[in-house]
Amino acid sequence: MTQTAADSPAPARRQRAQLKERTLRTDQWWRYPLVTFIIFTAFLVYATWAIFDNDFFVAPYHAPFASPCLAEAVCPEEAQLFGWAPFGDWYTWPPGLLILGLPAGFRFTCYYYRKAYYRAFWLSPPACAVNEPHSKYTGESRFPLILQNIHRYFFYAAIVVGLILAYDAVKALIEKPAGIGTWVLIGNAILINLYTLSCHSCRHITAGRLNHFSKHPIRYRAWGFVSKLNAKHQELALISMFSVMGADLYVRLVAKGVISFPFA
Amino acid sequence: MSYKAKFRVWRGEGGEGKLEDFTVEVNEGEVVLDIIHRLQATQAPDLAVRWNCKAGKCGSCSMEINGKPRLGCMTRMSTFAEDETITVTPMRTFPVIKDLVTDVSFNYQKAREIPSFTPPAGVQPGEYRMQQIDVERSQEFRKCIECFMCNNVCHVIRDHEENKPAFAGPRFLMRIAELDMHPYDVVDRKDSAQEDHGLGYCNITKCCTEVCPEHIKITDNALIPMKERVVDRKYDPLVWLGDKIFKRSRSTKG
Ligand code: SF4
Ligand code: SF4
Ligand code: FES
Ligand code: FES
Repeated sequence: MTQTAADSPAPARRQRAQLKERTLRTDQWWRYPLVTFIIFTAFLVYATWAIFDNDFFVAPYHAPFASPCLAEAVCPEEAQLFGWAPFGDWYTWPPGLLILGLPAGFRFTCYYYRKAYYRAFWLSPPACAVNEPHSKYTGESRFPLILQNIHRYFFYAAIVVGLILAYDAVKALIEKPAGIGTWVLIGNAILINLYTLSCHSCRHITAGRLNHFSKHPIRYRAWGFVSKLNAKHQELALISMFSVMGADLYVRLVAKGVISFPFA
Repeated sequence: MSYKAKFRVWRGEGGEGKLEDFTVEVNEGEVVLDIIHRLQATQAPDLAVRWNCKAGKCGSCSMEINGKPRLGCMTRMSTFAEDETITVTPMRTFPVIKDLVTDVSFNYQKAREIPSFTPPAGVQPGEYRMQQIDVERSQEFRKCIECFMCNNVCHVIRDHEENKPAFAGPRFLMRIAELDMHPYDVVDRKDSAQEDHGLGYCNITKCCTEVCPEHIKITDNALIPMKERVVDRKYDPLVWLGDKIFKRSRSTKG
Protein backbone atom coordinates (compact mmCIF):
# COMPACT_ATOMS: atom_id res chain seq x y z
CA MET A 1 0.00 0.00 0.00
CA THR A 2 1.33 3.43 -0.81
CA GLN A 3 1.60 5.73 2.18
CA THR A 4 0.67 9.36 1.81
CA ALA A 5 3.85 11.39 1.73
CA ALA A 6 4.65 13.23 4.95
CA ASP A 7 4.85 16.55 3.16
CA SER A 8 1.45 16.35 1.44
CA PRO A 9 -0.78 19.34 2.25
CA ALA A 10 -3.46 17.46 4.16
CA PRO A 11 -2.26 14.33 5.87
CA ALA A 12 -4.28 11.17 5.28
CA ARG A 13 -7.17 10.67 7.68
CA ARG A 14 -7.78 14.37 7.93
CA GLN A 15 -9.72 14.59 4.75
CA ARG A 16 -13.19 13.53 3.84
CA ALA A 17 -13.97 11.95 0.50
CA GLN A 18 -13.60 14.80 -1.96
CA LEU A 19 -17.01 14.38 -3.52
CA LYS A 20 -18.16 17.27 -5.65
CA GLU A 21 -21.87 16.49 -5.68
CA ARG A 22 -24.09 18.30 -3.23
CA THR A 23 -25.91 15.04 -2.70
CA LEU A 24 -25.89 11.61 -4.28
CA ARG A 25 -29.50 10.97 -3.34
CA THR A 26 -31.54 9.71 -6.26
CA ASP A 27 -35.00 9.96 -4.71
CA GLN A 28 -37.23 13.01 -4.77
CA TRP A 29 -35.81 14.56 -1.63
CA TRP A 30 -37.01 18.04 -2.67
CA ARG A 31 -40.65 17.04 -2.34
CA TYR A 32 -40.94 17.41 1.42
CA PRO A 33 -39.48 20.93 1.55
CA LEU A 34 -41.44 21.99 -1.52
CA VAL A 35 -44.79 20.75 -0.22
CA THR A 36 -44.10 22.29 3.20
CA PHE A 37 -43.19 25.58 1.57
CA ILE A 38 -46.41 25.68 -0.42
CA ILE A 39 -48.66 24.75 2.52
CA PHE A 40 -47.08 27.22 4.94
CA THR A 41 -47.10 30.02 2.40
CA ALA A 42 -50.78 29.39 1.69
CA PHE A 43 -51.48 29.50 5.43
CA LEU A 44 -49.62 32.80 5.82
CA VAL A 45 -51.45 34.34 2.89
CA TYR A 46 -54.81 33.22 4.27
CA ALA A 47 -54.01 34.44 7.78
CA THR A 48 -52.97 37.85 6.49
CA TRP A 49 -56.19 38.21 4.57
CA ALA A 50 -58.26 36.97 7.53
CA ILE A 51 -56.78 39.46 9.98
CA PHE A 52 -57.98 42.37 7.91
CA ASP A 53 -61.34 40.86 7.05
CA ASN A 54 -64.10 42.25 9.27
CA ASP A 55 -66.76 39.55 8.84
CA PHE A 56 -65.57 37.51 11.77
CA PHE A 57 -68.81 37.14 13.65
CA VAL A 58 -72.28 35.90 12.85
CA ALA A 59 -74.27 34.80 15.88
CA PRO A 60 -73.53 32.36 17.34
CA TYR A 61 -70.37 31.68 15.36
CA HIS A 62 -67.06 33.33 16.07
CA ALA A 63 -64.22 32.96 13.57
CA PRO A 64 -61.25 31.39 15.42
CA PHE A 65 -58.68 33.86 14.04
CA ALA A 66 -60.51 36.73 15.74
CA SER A 67 -61.40 35.04 19.01
CA PRO A 68 -61.41 36.35 21.72
CA CYS A 69 -62.56 39.73 20.53
CA LEU A 70 -61.29 42.25 23.05
CA ALA A 71 -62.06 45.66 21.58
CA GLU A 72 -65.19 47.59 22.45
CA ALA A 73 -65.53 49.52 19.22
CA VAL A 74 -65.06 46.67 16.76
CA CYS A 75 -66.58 43.67 18.56
CA PRO A 76 -70.35 43.20 18.56
CA GLU A 77 -71.69 42.78 22.10
CA GLU A 78 -72.31 39.05 21.65
CA ALA A 79 -68.83 38.48 20.29
CA GLN A 80 -67.16 39.74 23.44
CA LEU A 81 -65.90 37.23 25.91
CA PHE A 82 -68.27 37.58 28.91
CA GLY A 83 -68.71 41.19 27.82
CA TRP A 84 -65.05 41.77 28.54
CA ALA A 85 -63.48 44.36 26.22
CA PRO A 86 -60.39 45.89 27.78
CA PHE A 87 -59.56 47.80 24.61
CA GLY A 88 -61.77 50.86 24.55
CA ASP A 89 -63.22 53.05 21.83
CA TRP A 90 -59.83 54.25 20.72
CA TYR A 91 -59.01 50.84 19.27
CA THR A 92 -60.40 50.61 15.76
CA TRP A 93 -58.03 48.22 14.03
CA PRO A 94 -58.90 44.59 13.28
CA PRO A 95 -59.47 42.69 16.55
CA GLY A 96 -57.42 39.73 15.36
CA LEU A 97 -54.26 41.81 15.64
CA LEU A 98 -54.65 41.87 19.44
CA ILE A 99 -54.48 38.15 19.97
CA LEU A 100 -52.99 36.54 16.90
CA GLY A 101 -49.48 36.89 18.27
CA LEU A 102 -50.15 34.13 20.78
CA PRO A 103 -51.16 31.26 18.49
CA ALA A 104 -48.71 32.54 15.87
CA GLY A 105 -45.87 32.57 18.40
CA PHE A 106 -46.89 29.13 19.62
CA ARG A 107 -46.68 27.67 16.16
CA PHE A 108 -43.61 29.63 15.17
CA THR A 109 -41.58 28.31 18.12
CA CYS A 110 -43.10 24.81 18.00
CA TYR A 111 -40.48 22.09 17.61
CA TYR A 112 -42.33 20.61 14.65
CA TYR A 113 -42.74 23.91 12.82
CA ARG A 114 -39.12 24.74 13.49
CA LYS A 115 -38.04 21.53 11.84
CA ALA A 116 -40.36 22.14 8.92
CA TYR A 117 -39.44 25.73 8.18
CA TYR A 118 -35.73 25.30 8.85
CA ARG A 119 -35.89 22.70 6.12
CA ALA A 120 -38.34 24.30 3.71
CA PHE A 121 -37.60 28.02 4.08
CA TRP A 122 -34.03 28.22 5.37
CA LEU A 123 -32.79 25.02 3.66
CA SER A 124 -30.80 24.15 6.72
CA PRO A 125 -30.73 21.38 5.62
CA PRO A 126 -33.24 21.08 2.75
CA ALA A 127 -33.27 17.31 3.26
CA CYS A 128 -31.08 14.77 5.03
CA ALA A 129 -27.68 14.26 3.41
CA VAL A 130 -28.25 17.20 1.07
CA ASN A 131 -25.78 20.01 1.68
CA GLU A 132 -27.15 23.28 2.91
CA PRO A 133 -26.25 26.46 1.03
CA HIS A 134 -24.98 28.42 4.06
CA SER A 135 -21.31 28.85 4.71
CA LYS A 136 -21.72 29.35 8.47
CA TYR A 137 -24.03 27.71 10.94
CA THR A 138 -24.61 28.16 14.65
CA GLY A 139 -28.18 26.88 14.85
CA GLU A 140 -30.10 27.75 17.96
CA SER A 141 -27.00 28.35 20.04
CA ARG A 142 -27.12 32.13 19.81
CA PHE A 143 -29.28 35.17 19.18
CA PRO A 144 -31.76 35.34 17.51
CA LEU A 145 -32.63 31.64 17.33
CA ILE A 146 -31.79 31.09 20.98
CA LEU A 147 -35.12 32.85 21.62
CA GLN A 148 -36.89 29.69 20.46
CA ASN A 149 -36.38 28.56 24.03
CA ILE A 150 -39.36 30.64 25.17
CA HIS A 151 -41.67 28.13 23.51
CA ARG A 152 -43.14 26.95 26.84
CA TYR A 153 -44.58 30.41 27.55
CA PHE A 154 -46.45 30.32 24.29
CA PHE A 155 -47.66 26.90 25.35
CA TYR A 156 -49.22 28.36 28.50
CA ALA A 157 -50.90 31.02 26.38
CA ALA A 158 -52.06 28.39 23.90
CA ILE A 159 -53.90 26.57 26.66
CA VAL A 160 -55.93 29.71 27.31
CA VAL A 161 -56.59 30.23 23.60
CA GLY A 162 -57.63 26.57 23.30
CA LEU A 163 -60.09 26.98 26.15
CA ILE A 164 -61.59 30.08 24.56
CA LEU A 165 -62.10 28.24 21.27
CA ALA A 166 -63.77 25.43 23.21
CA TYR A 167 -65.98 28.00 24.92
CA ASP A 168 -66.97 29.48 21.54
CA ALA A 169 -67.86 26.00 20.32
CA VAL A 170 -69.97 25.19 23.38
CA LYS A 171 -71.74 28.53 23.09
CA ALA A 172 -72.59 27.76 19.47
CA LEU A 173 -73.77 24.30 20.49
CA ILE A 174 -76.18 25.75 23.03
CA GLU A 175 -77.57 28.38 20.69
CA LYS A 176 -77.64 26.46 17.45
CA PRO A 177 -77.12 22.75 18.05
CA ALA A 178 -78.08 21.75 14.53
CA GLY A 179 -75.89 24.28 12.74
CA ILE A 180 -73.11 22.98 10.55
CA GLY A 181 -70.96 25.86 11.77
CA THR A 182 -71.38 24.59 15.34
CA TRP A 183 -69.90 21.25 14.44
CA VAL A 184 -67.16 22.86 12.41
CA LEU A 185 -66.20 24.89 15.48
CA ILE A 186 -66.41 21.85 17.77
CA GLY A 187 -64.19 19.78 15.50
CA ASN A 188 -61.69 22.59 15.27
CA ALA A 189 -61.65 23.17 19.04
CA ILE A 190 -60.93 19.48 19.64
CA LEU A 191 -58.09 19.39 17.13
CA ILE A 192 -56.53 22.63 18.39
CA ASN A 193 -56.60 21.37 21.97
CA LEU A 194 -55.14 17.99 21.00
CA TYR A 195 -52.34 19.79 19.18
CA THR A 196 -51.69 21.96 22.24
CA LEU A 197 -51.60 18.96 24.56
CA SER A 198 -49.22 17.06 22.30
CA CYS A 199 -46.61 19.83 22.62
CA HIS A 200 -43.07 18.83 23.62
CA SER A 201 -43.02 21.48 26.33
CA CYS A 202 -46.26 20.04 27.70
CA ARG A 203 -44.64 16.61 27.77
CA HIS A 204 -41.70 18.03 29.64
CA ILE A 205 -43.82 19.95 32.16
CA THR A 206 -46.16 17.01 32.80
CA ALA A 207 -43.35 14.76 33.99
CA GLY A 208 -40.56 14.70 31.43
CA ARG A 209 -38.41 16.82 33.70
CA LEU A 210 -38.56 14.23 36.50
CA ASN A 211 -36.11 11.39 36.92
CA HIS A 212 -38.13 9.24 39.31
CA PHE A 213 -41.41 8.47 37.58
CA SER A 214 -42.19 5.88 40.26
CA LYS A 215 -42.46 8.61 42.89
CA HIS A 216 -45.04 10.53 40.88
CA PRO A 217 -47.57 7.99 39.63
CA ILE A 218 -50.22 10.50 38.55
CA ARG A 219 -47.83 12.71 36.66
CA TYR A 220 -46.31 9.60 35.11
CA ARG A 221 -49.70 8.54 33.76
CA ALA A 222 -50.32 12.00 32.40
CA TRP A 223 -46.89 11.86 30.77
CA GLY A 224 -47.80 8.53 29.16
CA PHE A 225 -50.93 10.10 27.70
CA VAL A 226 -49.14 13.22 26.47
CA SER A 227 -46.34 11.07 25.03
CA LYS A 228 -48.86 9.15 22.93
CA LEU A 229 -50.23 12.39 21.54
CA ASN A 230 -46.72 13.75 21.16
CA ALA A 231 -45.77 10.91 18.84
CA LYS A 232 -48.41 12.35 16.48
CA HIS A 233 -47.36 15.96 16.99
CA GLN A 234 -46.52 16.66 13.37
CA GLU A 235 -49.83 15.23 12.16
CA LEU A 236 -51.79 17.18 14.77
CA ALA A 237 -49.93 20.35 13.88
CA LEU A 238 -50.90 20.05 10.24
CA ILE A 239 -54.45 18.83 10.72
CA SER A 240 -55.23 21.56 13.25
CA MET A 241 -53.71 24.12 10.91
CA PHE A 242 -56.11 23.04 8.18
CA SER A 243 -59.04 22.85 10.59
CA VAL A 244 -58.49 26.33 11.98
CA MET A 245 -58.18 27.74 8.48
CA GLY A 246 -61.29 25.85 7.35
CA ALA A 247 -63.38 26.82 10.38
CA ASP A 248 -62.31 30.44 10.12
CA LEU A 249 -63.15 30.60 6.44
CA TYR A 250 -66.49 28.86 6.99
CA VAL A 251 -67.63 31.37 9.60
CA ARG A 252 -66.58 34.29 7.44
CA LEU A 253 -68.42 32.90 4.43
CA VAL A 254 -71.57 32.50 6.52
CA ALA A 255 -71.11 36.03 7.86
CA LYS A 256 -70.76 37.35 4.34
CA GLY A 257 -73.89 35.49 3.25
CA VAL A 258 -71.97 33.42 0.71
CA ILE A 259 -73.08 30.30 2.54
CA SER A 260 -76.73 30.82 3.43
CA PHE A 261 -78.74 27.60 3.59
CA PRO A 262 -80.87 27.16 6.77
CA PHE A 263 -78.55 24.86 8.69
CA ALA A 264 -75.35 26.70 7.87
CA MET B 1 -32.93 -14.95 -10.13
CA SER B 2 -29.66 -13.32 -10.75
CA TYR B 3 -28.81 -10.26 -12.81
CA LYS B 4 -25.94 -7.90 -13.52
CA ALA B 5 -26.11 -4.67 -11.55
CA LYS B 6 -24.29 -1.42 -12.18
CA PHE B 7 -22.32 -0.15 -9.21
CA ARG B 8 -20.32 3.03 -8.69
CA VAL B 9 -17.98 2.77 -5.73
CA TRP B 10 -15.74 5.41 -4.20
CA ARG B 11 -12.10 4.31 -4.44
CA GLY B 12 -9.19 6.19 -2.98
CA GLU B 13 -7.06 6.89 0.04
CA GLY B 14 -7.11 9.81 2.45
CA GLY B 15 -9.87 11.73 0.77
CA GLU B 16 -8.41 11.72 -2.76
CA GLY B 17 -10.21 9.39 -5.06
CA LYS B 18 -12.98 8.88 -7.56
CA LEU B 19 -16.10 6.91 -8.27
CA GLU B 20 -15.29 3.71 -10.14
CA ASP B 21 -17.80 1.81 -12.24
CA PHE B 22 -18.43 -1.92 -11.92
CA THR B 23 -20.84 -4.41 -13.38
CA VAL B 24 -21.42 -7.19 -10.93
CA GLU B 25 -23.65 -10.21 -10.41
CA VAL B 26 -26.53 -9.99 -7.93
CA ASN B 27 -28.47 -12.99 -6.65
CA GLU B 28 -31.81 -13.23 -4.94
CA GLY B 29 -31.84 -12.27 -1.27
CA GLU B 30 -28.54 -10.41 -1.32
CA VAL B 31 -27.70 -7.14 0.40
CA VAL B 32 -25.37 -4.36 -0.69
CA LEU B 33 -22.56 -5.65 1.52
CA ASP B 34 -22.72 -9.01 -0.30
CA ILE B 35 -22.17 -7.21 -3.57
CA ILE B 36 -19.21 -5.27 -2.15
CA HIS B 37 -17.77 -8.62 -1.05
CA ARG B 38 -18.33 -10.05 -4.52
CA LEU B 39 -16.43 -7.09 -5.98
CA GLN B 40 -13.58 -7.88 -3.59
CA ALA B 41 -13.64 -11.52 -4.58
CA THR B 42 -13.78 -10.96 -8.33
CA GLN B 43 -12.75 -7.51 -9.54
CA ALA B 44 -11.22 -5.35 -6.82
CA PRO B 45 -9.29 -7.46 -4.30
CA ASP B 46 -7.97 -4.39 -2.49
CA LEU B 47 -11.37 -2.73 -2.02
CA ALA B 48 -11.54 -1.74 1.66
CA VAL B 49 -14.80 -2.09 3.60
CA ARG B 50 -15.42 -2.45 7.32
CA TRP B 51 -17.88 -5.08 8.46
CA ASN B 52 -18.36 -7.65 11.13
CA CYS B 53 -21.72 -9.17 12.02
CA LYS B 54 -23.71 -8.97 8.78
CA ALA B 55 -26.77 -8.78 11.00
CA GLY B 56 -27.21 -5.08 11.60
CA LYS B 57 -25.91 -5.29 15.14
CA CYS B 58 -22.25 -4.33 15.17
CA GLY B 59 -22.55 -0.94 13.48
CA SER B 60 -19.40 -1.47 11.37
CA CYS B 61 -20.71 -1.36 7.83
CA SER B 62 -22.06 2.21 7.77
CA MET B 63 -21.78 3.68 4.28
CA GLU B 64 -23.78 5.89 1.95
CA ILE B 65 -25.86 4.12 -0.63
CA ASN B 66 -27.36 6.34 -3.32
CA GLY B 67 -26.50 9.24 -1.08
CA LYS B 68 -28.27 7.96 2.02
CA PRO B 69 -26.49 6.74 5.13
CA ARG B 70 -27.29 3.04 5.44
CA LEU B 71 -25.92 -0.17 6.89
CA GLY B 72 -24.54 -2.14 3.95
CA CYS B 73 -25.59 -5.41 5.51
CA MET B 74 -29.18 -4.30 6.01
CA THR B 75 -29.85 -2.75 2.62
CA ARG B 76 -31.52 -5.29 0.40
CA MET B 77 -30.73 -5.31 -3.29
CA SER B 78 -34.42 -5.98 -3.93
CA THR B 79 -35.15 -2.36 -2.95
CA PHE B 80 -33.42 -1.17 -6.14
CA ALA B 81 -34.53 -1.48 -9.72
CA GLU B 82 -32.38 -3.86 -11.78
CA ASP B 83 -31.35 -1.13 -14.21
CA GLU B 84 -30.51 1.36 -11.48
CA THR B 85 -26.90 2.43 -10.94
CA ILE B 86 -26.12 2.06 -7.26
CA THR B 87 -23.62 4.53 -5.87
CA VAL B 88 -21.70 3.53 -2.76
CA THR B 89 -19.56 6.07 -0.93
CA PRO B 90 -17.93 6.31 2.49
CA MET B 91 -19.58 8.38 5.24
CA ARG B 92 -19.05 12.01 4.27
CA THR B 93 -18.50 13.58 7.64
CA PHE B 94 -15.45 11.55 8.63
CA PRO B 95 -12.00 11.38 7.04
CA VAL B 96 -11.41 8.50 4.67
CA ILE B 97 -8.73 5.92 5.41
CA LYS B 98 -9.31 3.93 2.27
CA ASP B 99 -12.28 3.39 -0.03
CA LEU B 100 -15.34 2.84 2.14
CA VAL B 101 -13.47 2.82 5.44
CA THR B 102 -13.58 6.05 7.41
CA ASP B 103 -11.72 7.15 10.51
CA VAL B 104 -14.47 7.53 13.11
CA SER B 105 -12.22 8.57 15.99
CA PHE B 106 -14.10 11.90 16.21
CA ASN B 107 -16.85 9.87 17.86
CA TYR B 108 -14.58 8.18 20.39
CA GLN B 109 -13.10 11.54 21.25
CA LYS B 110 -16.58 12.97 21.89
CA ALA B 111 -17.55 9.92 23.95
CA ARG B 112 -14.56 10.44 26.22
CA GLU B 113 -15.50 14.07 26.83
CA ILE B 114 -18.72 13.10 28.62
CA PRO B 115 -18.32 12.32 32.34
CA SER B 116 -19.36 8.72 32.91
CA PHE B 117 -22.28 7.47 35.02
CA THR B 118 -21.81 8.73 38.58
CA PRO B 119 -23.92 7.20 41.36
CA PRO B 120 -24.49 9.04 44.67
CA ALA B 121 -21.60 8.81 47.13
CA GLY B 122 -21.96 5.90 49.50
CA VAL B 123 -24.19 3.79 47.29
CA GLN B 124 -22.36 0.61 46.33
CA PRO B 125 -22.95 -1.28 43.12
CA GLY B 126 -25.56 -3.87 43.96
CA GLU B 127 -27.44 -1.45 46.17
CA TYR B 128 -29.14 0.43 43.35
CA ARG B 129 -32.90 0.08 43.54
CA MET B 130 -34.91 1.42 40.66
CA GLN B 131 -38.13 0.58 38.97
CA GLN B 132 -38.54 -0.30 35.37
CA ILE B 133 -40.52 2.87 34.59
CA ASP B 134 -37.63 4.97 35.91
CA VAL B 135 -35.10 3.54 33.49
CA GLU B 136 -37.31 2.87 30.52
CA ARG B 137 -36.50 6.11 28.73
CA SER B 138 -32.76 5.52 29.02
CA GLN B 139 -33.13 1.97 27.81
CA GLU B 140 -34.37 3.10 24.42
CA PHE B 141 -31.07 4.89 23.94
CA ARG B 142 -29.11 1.79 24.96
CA LYS B 143 -30.26 0.09 21.77
CA CYS B 144 -27.66 2.18 19.96
CA ILE B 145 -25.18 0.06 17.97
CA GLU B 146 -22.77 2.95 17.46
CA CYS B 147 -22.89 2.94 13.71
CA PHE B 148 -22.40 6.75 13.86
CA MET B 149 -24.69 7.34 10.93
CA CYS B 150 -26.60 9.90 12.99
CA ASN B 151 -23.45 11.92 13.57
CA ASN B 152 -22.57 11.44 9.92
CA VAL B 153 -25.87 12.78 8.60
CA CYS B 154 -26.16 15.69 11.03
CA HIS B 155 -25.76 18.86 8.97
CA VAL B 156 -24.20 20.71 11.89
CA ILE B 157 -20.92 18.90 11.26
CA ARG B 158 -21.56 17.29 7.89
CA ASP B 159 -21.79 20.68 6.21
CA HIS B 160 -19.59 22.57 8.67
CA GLU B 161 -16.34 20.88 9.56
CA GLU B 162 -15.52 23.90 11.73
CA ASN B 163 -18.32 23.00 14.16
CA LYS B 164 -16.73 19.69 15.11
CA PRO B 165 -14.93 20.95 18.22
CA ALA B 166 -18.11 22.54 19.60
CA PHE B 167 -20.64 19.82 18.80
CA ALA B 168 -20.85 16.30 20.17
CA GLY B 169 -23.38 15.09 17.60
CA PRO B 170 -26.74 13.44 18.19
CA ARG B 171 -25.18 10.17 19.34
CA PHE B 172 -23.49 11.81 22.31
CA LEU B 173 -26.12 14.42 23.07
CA MET B 174 -28.37 11.40 23.42
CA ARG B 175 -25.83 9.87 25.79
CA ILE B 176 -26.01 13.02 27.91
CA ALA B 177 -29.81 12.82 27.93
CA GLU B 178 -29.61 9.16 28.91
CA LEU B 179 -27.49 9.98 31.94
CA ASP B 180 -29.39 13.14 32.84
CA MET B 181 -32.63 11.13 32.99
CA HIS B 182 -31.04 8.35 34.99
CA PRO B 183 -32.44 8.13 38.54
CA TYR B 184 -29.04 7.27 40.02
CA ASP B 185 -26.82 9.71 38.19
CA VAL B 186 -25.82 12.74 40.24
CA VAL B 187 -23.69 14.74 37.82
CA ASP B 188 -25.44 17.84 36.61
CA ARG B 189 -25.31 17.77 32.85
CA LYS B 190 -27.60 20.58 31.70
CA ASP B 191 -25.17 23.47 31.55
CA SER B 192 -22.49 21.39 29.95
CA ALA B 193 -24.90 19.93 27.38
CA GLN B 194 -25.48 23.45 26.12
CA GLU B 195 -22.08 24.99 26.65
CA ASP B 196 -19.54 22.18 26.17
CA HIS B 197 -21.36 19.80 23.87
CA GLY B 198 -23.29 22.15 21.59
CA LEU B 199 -26.91 21.11 22.13
CA GLY B 200 -27.95 24.57 20.91
CA TYR B 201 -26.49 23.84 17.47
CA CYS B 202 -29.10 21.18 16.87
CA ASN B 203 -32.07 22.64 15.02
CA ILE B 204 -34.19 19.54 15.51
CA THR B 205 -34.49 18.81 11.81
CA LYS B 206 -34.56 15.09 12.66
CA CYS B 207 -32.12 13.63 10.15
CA CYS B 208 -30.47 11.63 12.92
CA THR B 209 -33.84 10.02 13.67
CA GLU B 210 -34.42 9.35 9.98
CA VAL B 211 -31.23 7.34 9.53
CA CYS B 212 -30.99 5.46 12.84
CA PRO B 213 -31.04 1.73 12.01
CA GLU B 214 -32.29 0.98 15.52
CA HIS B 215 -35.22 3.36 15.01
CA ILE B 216 -34.37 5.25 18.16
CA LYS B 217 -36.43 8.45 18.34
CA ILE B 218 -33.29 10.48 18.93
CA THR B 219 -34.81 13.91 18.37
CA ASP B 220 -38.18 13.43 20.06
CA ASN B 221 -37.06 11.38 23.02
CA ALA B 222 -33.52 12.57 23.71
CA LEU B 223 -32.66 15.90 22.07
CA ILE B 224 -35.90 17.82 22.57
CA PRO B 225 -36.36 16.61 26.18
CA MET B 226 -32.76 17.60 26.81
CA LYS B 227 -33.38 21.02 25.26
CA GLU B 228 -36.36 21.42 27.59
CA ARG B 229 -34.20 20.49 30.58
CA VAL B 230 -31.69 23.11 29.52
CA VAL B 231 -34.49 25.67 29.30
CA ASP B 232 -35.38 24.85 32.93
CA ARG B 233 -31.85 25.57 33.92
CA LYS B 234 -30.89 28.48 31.76
CA TYR B 235 -33.81 30.23 30.10
CA ASP B 236 -36.93 29.89 32.23
CA PRO B 237 -37.34 32.75 34.72
CA LEU B 238 -40.30 31.07 36.44
CA VAL B 239 -38.40 27.89 37.22
CA TRP B 240 -35.52 30.01 38.45
CA LEU B 241 -37.84 32.00 40.72
CA GLY B 242 -39.52 28.84 42.02
CA ASP B 243 -36.12 27.42 42.92
CA LYS B 244 -35.30 30.58 44.84
CA ILE B 245 -38.60 30.78 46.70
CA PHE B 246 -38.89 27.12 47.63
CA LYS B 247 -35.17 26.73 48.11
CA ARG B 248 -35.24 23.79 45.76
CA SER B 249 -31.92 22.46 44.76
CA ARG B 250 -30.90 23.61 41.30
CA SER B 251 -31.06 20.07 40.09
CA THR B 252 -34.28 18.63 38.71
CA LYS B 253 -33.60 15.18 40.05
CA GLY B 254 -37.21 14.87 41.22
S1 SF4 C 1 -32.04 16.71 14.86
FE1 SF4 C 1 -30.29 17.89 15.61
S2 SF4 C 1 -28.72 16.39 16.08
FE2 SF4 C 1 -30.26 15.35 14.81
S3 SF4 C 1 -29.45 15.55 12.75
FE3 SF4 C 1 -30.82 17.29 13.07
S4 SF4 C 1 -29.51 18.97 13.81
FE4 SF4 C 1 -28.34 17.06 14.00
S1 SF4 D 1 -28.19 6.38 17.66
FE1 SF4 D 1 -28.78 5.11 15.93
S2 SF4 D 1 -27.77 6.10 14.18
FE2 SF4 D 1 -26.79 6.91 16.00
S3 SF4 D 1 -25.01 5.62 16.36
FE3 SF4 D 1 -26.69 4.75 17.55
S4 SF4 D 1 -27.65 3.23 16.25
FE4 SF4 D 1 -26.36 4.50 14.94
S1 FES E 1 -46.43 23.05 20.00
FE1 FES E 1 -45.07 21.87 18.85
S2 FES E 1 -43.60 21.46 20.34
FE2 FES E 1 -44.90 22.73 21.47
S1 FES F 1 -21.83 -5.72 9.45
FE1 FES F 1 -22.51 -5.44 11.49
S2 FES F 1 -24.00 -3.88 11.21
FE2 FES F 1 -23.49 -4.38 9.16
